[in-house]
Amino acid sequence: MQLLKLKETVDFMRFRKVAVIFSALLMIAAFASFAVNKLNFGLDFTGGTLIEVGYEKAADLNEIRQVMESAGFEGAVVQHYGSSRDVVIRLAVQDDVKAEMLGNQILTLLQDSSGQTLDMRRIEFVGSSVGDELTEQGGLAMLTALICILVYVAFRFEWRFALGSVIALFHDVILTLGLFSVLGLEFDLTVLAAILAVIGYSLNDTIVVSDRIRENFRKVREGGPMEIINISLTQTLSRTFITSITTLLVLAALFFQGGALIHGFATALLFGVFIGTYSSIYVASSIALALGISKEDLIPEVIEKEGADQDVLMP
Amino acid sequence: MLNHSPLWKKLMVLFIVCVGALYAMPNLYGEDPAVQISGLRGVETTASTLDSVKATLTEQQIDFSSIALEDGQVLVKFSDTEQQLKARDELDSTLGDDYSVALNLTPATPDWLADIGGTPMKFGLDLRGGVSFTMEVNMNEAELKAQEGMIGDFRSDLRKEKIRYRSVKKQDNGVVISFRNIEDIDNAESLLKKRYRDLLFADNEDEMTLSVTMTEQKLKEIREYALQQNITIIRNRVNELGVAEPLVQRQGQKNIIIELPGVQDTAKAKEILNATATIEFRMLDSEGDLNSAINGRVPANSQLLYDRNGRPSLVKKRVMLTGDHIVDAGSSFDEYSRPQVNITLDSPGASKWSNATKENVGKPMVTVFIEYKPTERKDSEGNTIFEKNEEIIQIATIQGRLGKSFRITGIDSQSEAHNLALLLRAGALIAPIQIVEERTVGPSLGAENVELGLQAIVGGFALVFIFMLIYYRAFGIVANMALLANLVLIVGVMSMIPGATLTLPGMAGIVLTVGMAVDANVLIFERIREELRSGKSVQQSIHQGYDAAFSTILDANITTLIAAIILFAVGTGPIKGFAVTLSIGIITSMFTAIIGTRTIVNSVWGGKRLDKLSI
Repeated sequence: MQLLKLKETVDFMRFRKVAVIFSALLMIAAFASFAVNKLNFGLDFTGGTLIEVGYEKAADLNEIRQVMESAGFEGAVVQHYGSSRDVVIRLAVQDDVKAEMLGNQILTLLQDSSGQTLDMRRIEFVGSSVGDELTEQGGLAMLTALICILVYVAFRFEWRFALGSVIALFHDVILTLGLFSVLGLEFDLTVLAAILAVIGYSLNDTIVVSDRIRENFRKVREGGPMEIINISLTQTLSRTFITSITTLLVLAALFFQGGALIHGFATALLFGVFIGTYSSIYVASSIALALGISKEDLIPEVIEKEGADQDVLMP
Repeated sequence: MLNHSPLWKKLMVLFIVCVGALYAMPNLYGEDPAVQISGLRGVETTASTLDSVKATLTEQQIDFSSIALEDGQVLVKFSDTEQQLKARDELDSTLGDDYSVALNLTPATPDWLADIGGTPMKFGLDLRGGVSFTMEVNMNEAELKAQEGMIGDFRSDLRKEKIRYRSVKKQDNGVVISFRNIEDIDNAESLLKKRYRDLLFADNEDEMTLSVTMTEQKLKEIREYALQQNITIIRNRVNELGVAEPLVQRQGQKNIIIELPGVQDTAKAKEILNATATIEFRMLDSEGDLNSAINGRVPANSQLLYDRNGRPSLVKKRVMLTGDHIVDAGSSFDEYSRPQVNITLDSPGASKWSNATKENVGKPMVTVFIEYKPTERKDSEGNTIFEKNEEIIQIATIQGRLGKSFRITGIDSQSEAHNLALLLRAGALIAPIQIVEERTVGPSLGAENVELGLQAIVGGFALVFIFMLIYYRAFGIVANMALLANLVLIVGVMSMIPGATLTLPGMAGIVLTVGMAVDANVLIFERIREELRSGKSVQQSIHQGYDAAFSTILDANITTLIAAIILFAVGTGPIKGFAVTLSIGIITSMFTAIIGTRTIVNSVWGGKRLDKLSI
């Protein structure tokens, strides 16, 4: 079976200006959303208390809100989580209360007021200082990863490709974060892990394309850089599609079957794989092209060895 | 001949996959209900404990499938949970307070598999339920305490050498001593410099002061010590909870992570972790009448206390020294190679101690262990009422006036000395701790996470399987075999590595690896198709396809591996869990895709004259 039957080289780079504008607009939209909506940081980053309880029957959120308020827990966010019987309650960090005891207090409170046996599903308490540390650490992790990748790709390929692939990664991360900001989805630690996975995936894709471009620069005699990039993209297109499809298939399985806790993770990855596939075609190679990649940059200097032109005597 | 794999390569692939499968096998056996018995407060579990456990179980006619003494713990396995619960209750009441009896699940791995080191994967708390705390050690307090110690030390040193000073005060990272004249400054400086080599001295003759600061090295030592000390204390307290397989671990510069699998009553856990245990030194009341005290007539200034074996003694109420002053304690042997405990006090403690012991030479002194245990009762504000438990751990005769360092002798065994030292050290917190993070996952949610995660893995796998089969036909089967081998290897490696824990993000990592592992195969197969289209022969195409895809696969995977390793190194919690499965997955998928499929392809299609290829 064959999904794509390409007889001729697709002129991808013809649309590169459109793609640049498209990407730029998306990036601007993402940053605008960061400014307006901000990111809906989850408990891991903001600190506070979260309690998830399972009711025997469908739970009435208004009633729970009232119970919470009358007990003095103001500003509690009460939501369904996954199903109508599961309820999650969030409280911001409170200075005057011994926050680490809060979870059990609320559980007892809800149990008493509802008259049902509640299933305590999880209680999370995160101090306010932990979030700052985490943001710092997460940012540091990402930065270190990017620098190491930059160095490796620059070493193995060429600095233009390295810069191109790292900018493509930035592009993917910012757009994925942008999606979370626009939709107001909660950004927690698992989503951070997903963003890191997007980096991994996008990188994988970009390297495969760059590898082919390098190979073709060495192999294909005629044609300028633009043509060679087009040829390479066409050649790798089928692979890019198939891999995206299989990855999206498993991510779809995760999205629909993985449960509420992993939903944010799956959402980030589904979107990230889309964007990563697009960016490996347009962003990375467009940048390498714009930076003036040429044949000479990729063809290794041939060192004349004595007797190299002679036939090998012993196989 | 093209596309021929040597026999050794075939055998190697077969061998690696078989070893992977062998070590993945324990995961299929599930777990047996068990009860784990460990000693508390320095009590050791020995062969006699084992015997008494056995006797209790036989007496109560509780069936058990195996019983063993391992790593200082008695582990009893049962065939069902009913027997397990019954045994727990019985053992709890017969063994008493000196032992903790915890419910546990132990792998049902067959003996032959366990003998070659086969263990199932360890599940993170998000998959099995339980509570994890992150506690932060207050380092400011630790440094403050060190500063106070310096002030006391300097004062007594200067006084002893008759060097006159005006005052000793705290300042940033150290203290400042002011004097009346330059001569005193010089004398003090040369004296203190000699005694404290890890401090920095700077005199200011205009202001008549000598400022002493701690070096970075010294500060680091103080923090390190505070952290280690608190970890020891928390370990002791966690043991009191009777939890199977607890984990107490440092994280970073000032945090301690505590994981208590299966704990439901988090309130109790928190209370115990925050509870205080300490030591007091008091005098034995030798004049009082012990017998009448037992009958209820205790002298006003004394108290009736018992030791571990229930032997009563009459002890004076006045406290000579509290455990707060103990800076360090260790066990060793005296000149007659009898076990002893060496104790070091801080300066205020040392002067107090010196005065107190001077008056009591030749008299018996009592070491009392004090512990605050939470009770079921609550006060009017809803706070738990703590109960004070006092127990005599040692009675010794004071041999002479004691100073900063002294020793306790007359201890029966080396292990007892060791445990006493541990208790003394564990008695007082060097710096206060505070819970900064708590995550409790109920058992139902844990089970649900496992189920959903497995469903996602199986579902994702099935979809990819079908897709690859349709798309690449015969080669699709090869890719699917590689995928299956890949999963087996991931599970095998995860089970083999002692530190690797499977978490929910880790499961997601496996799912993602499956998606990405296909990539290597796709790269190769697409290359083969390309070569076939360009008119090359079948054998040539296979050969070229693998060859050309090799460097691409290597580059792509190494870059991703770099990212995964960095995530593992700097990340915590879910990020680490994800990074573990991802890095293992990358390595195994490289092996299965490059070497594994090549071997299969070569064995099936290699070295034959073929006109068409099912790809």
